[in-house]
Amino acid sequence: MIDVTSLTITDILEGYRTKKFSVSEVVSSYIERIEKYDSTLNSFITVAKNEALAKASEMDSQIDTISTHSLFGIPLALKDMFMTKGMRTTAASNVLRDYVPPVDAEVVKRYKNAGAIILGKLNHDAWAHGSSGENSDFGVTLNPWNKEYVPGGSSSGSGVSVAAGLTPVASGTDTGGSIRQPASFTNTVGLKPTYGRVSRSGIIAMASSLDSIGHFTKTVSDSAQVLQVTAGKDSMDATLTPKDVPNYLENLRKGMKGMKIGVPKEFVEKGLQPEVKTVFENAVKDFEELGAEIVEVSLPHTEYGIAIYYIIQTAEVSSNLARYDGIRYGNDRNTFGQEAKRRIMLGTYVLSAGYYDAYYKKAMQVRTLVKQDFEKAFEKVDALVTPVSPTLPWKLGEKVNDPLSMYLADALTVTVNMAGIPGLSVPAGFSNGLPVGIQILGPHFSEAKLFQIGQAFEDKTNYWKETPSL
Amino acid sequence: MKIDVKKTAKLANLALTPSEEETLESQLNGILSYVEKIDSLDVSEIIPTSQVTGLENVTFNDSFSDESLTQEQALSGSTNTHNGMFKVKAVIES
Repeated sequence: MIDVTSLTITDILEGYRTKKFSVSEVVSSYIERIEKYDSTLNSFITVAKNEALAKASEMDSQIDTISTHSLFGIPLALKDMFMTKGMRTTAASNVLRDYVPPVDAEVVKRYKNAGAIILGKLNHDAWAHGSSGENSDFGVTLNPWNKEYVPGGSSSGSGVSVAAGLTPVASGTDTGGSIRQPASFTNTVGLKPTYGRVSRSGIIAMASSLDSIGHFTKTVSDSAQVLQVTAGKDSMDATLTPKDVPNYLENLRKGMKGMKIGVPKEFVEKGLQPEVKTVFENAVKDFEELGAEIVEVSLPHTEYGIAIYYIIQTAEVSSNLARYDGIRYGNDRNTFGQEAKRRIMLGTYVLSAGYYDAYYKKAMQVRTLVKQDFEKAFEKVDALVTPVSPTLPWKLGEKVNDPLSMYLADALTVTVNMAGIPGLSVPAGFSNGLPVGIQILGPHFSEAKLFQIGQAFEDKTNYWKETPSL
Repeated sequence: MKIDVKKTAKLANLALTPSEEETLESQLNGILSYVEKIDSLDVSEIIPTSQVTGLENVTFNDSFSDESLTQEQALSGSTNTHNGMFKVKAVIES
């Protein structure tokens, strides 16, 4: 067995090329770690041990095709919202507990075509509803940095599995922060691409005007490499941009010297836990030392973010979850958990006759103001940097009976989905032994620039090299 | 505004227990009174945003493949089928 704890995509490909290890050795080493540690962490719902080992041995016999497969033999785990042909896909809900899809999601096809090997399906808040990982019908996922704390959500298992070295890459979905926040809580790199950059086809829909398909990795360059595979047109998703996919690796190491980076005052002036504020201020100093000019900007409608998010998102959730009638697939509607019922009820109410104008339509108008705030800011700066979460990870159970306080934890991430812009969450240090992340935000389709900024910060700080003791 | 939980549950096709109704009523009213903070904004002149990247009138490509689910695949998620079809409860009473 080899020590795979901190391996990156780059390391693994290099190891294959130099014959340092085989695909089978790598895959079985990850499986061994999953078997050893995941009974406690609970980041996986399904482990595809036999399928993964068989695929690995097949890949070993095709090693001469490595140069044409950018994720050749790279183990990868999928949030259980991604449909996998012949492999159970649950949405972490009892409704789909035994559902086996007849097709792969478009992104899953692309991963497989690029040579990736699916290790299994990851736990998350059911239907991607949550900020703590505690809403799963398959049990709570623990934060590997301190097992009494939440790992963030909704992509809880994705953050945890990458942080704990159970997989080098995990996929995720981000509707209001569900990639960036668990990445921040687990010391991993999480990318929420621009809305319409990555196909949603075959991924269980949460809120269709907000859902963004991304991933978790150890490093920024790994994140760029994965987006290179997933991004681009798909005739099955009409919201995808016709714009070409740029080369995300080309300018990766050009640094941030001379860039103007904005700090939105509404994100940092009030409501930040002091521990988060300290880490964030140190990160901003690092940005300055790397040659960026820091500019204060204003996003005045930030305070309305959660309010409009919990109108628009729940409205779209109620509509998307209406299809689960227990007839064509899945169990009946009595099997929805409490959080899904809460969101279906709220969404149904705000869309119902007599209330649509007061809630949904008005929220969509405020959404325009939020989007314009970002557009005005990006006239002055190349990118924005903010904390991802106003607080450190909280203790398991602390917020489960108070949905509004749980919702407010998303205050710094939801406006990004409202505007549809991309966000990259990168590790920025620790407080009380718990990870703290920052998010780098840019205009639509500016992922290459976000990677460039994130890479410079990562090269200077190297927080990603810290690993939790399991 | 106060939510009518029974009416909303009917619209949402959810069968709630009395204790669920009680909990949801208080939680949802709490959330609604929070989201009503948007009432302080005058947005009468603002156009709503539903598509963020500015795409308009996207139509399906005319050239499509014949690839689709087989009947067996389409039925594979259901436990209640009959003669190659989904079995559902009668909608119209005879």
